[in-house]
Amino acid sequence: MYSETSRRDRVNQNLIPKEETVKFLLNYSKALSVIDYNKMKFEALLN
Amino acid sequence: MKNSTISDALLVSDYMKGNESALSNLITRHKQRIYSFIYSKVYDRDVAEDIFQDTFIKVIKTLKKGAYNEEGKFLPWVMRIAHNLVIDHFRKNNRMPKFENNDDFNIFSVLSDGALNAEKQLVKEQVEKDVRRLIEELPLDQKEVLMMRMYKEMSFKEISEQTGVSINTALGRMRYALINLRKVIDKHNIILTN
Repeated sequence: MYSETSRRDRVNQNLIPKEETVKFLLNYSKALSVIDYNKMKFEALLN
Repeated sequence: MKNSTISDALLVSDYMKGNESALSNLITRHKQRIYSFIYSKVYDRDVAEDIFQDTFIKVIKTLKKGAYNEEGKFLPWVMRIAHNLVIDHFRKNNRMPKFENNDDFNIFSVLSDGALNAEKQLVKEQVEKDVRRLIEELPLDQKEVLMMRMYKEMSFKEISEQTGVSINTALGRMRYALINLRKVIDKHNIILTN
């Protein structure tokens, strides 16, 4: 008998990104610094 | 104050002022909706993960630059970024379709490089050199016509004008030049192949 769940059911599952992805974003945010200089904005990633 | 009661607008404002934990709250609050939206389009966990990450990298950069101006509409704004990145993803994939080789099909059987490989190039050069040497053995009048026709790509009218013979004579010399070349090739069992 055909019993595979439909695409919609699969999408409706509680889908969330991996914890490491969220962690990466939070660390990226902390490391990113935007420097204003003469009306120009420079991005700098500080480790 | 509980996180759930703080509006998106306030969290965005806090984050733009340097409060990093506000970003954490925003991601926690909206990650499921945004990720599910992306996954519903791409149906691939890894791709969805990448697009989710790229979406928030754009969000972070925009907010840190102070370029965000849609106060109160944070989620629709992020969803729009995600939507655009999904479109980019499909565009990129259409431009560069993926082929996986298997036992029935190998992409290299239908794709080929028109350029000669090193070995074929060597053979071609050798053949051309051999033909030149054979031509040198022809009687002068035949050699002259053949050189003009094959290497200078002149018409028989032009050849007749330049050599001062009739077109028929030029044609005859060309004919005998080819016959003689074939004779020499057969006699010495020379293999000219590429």
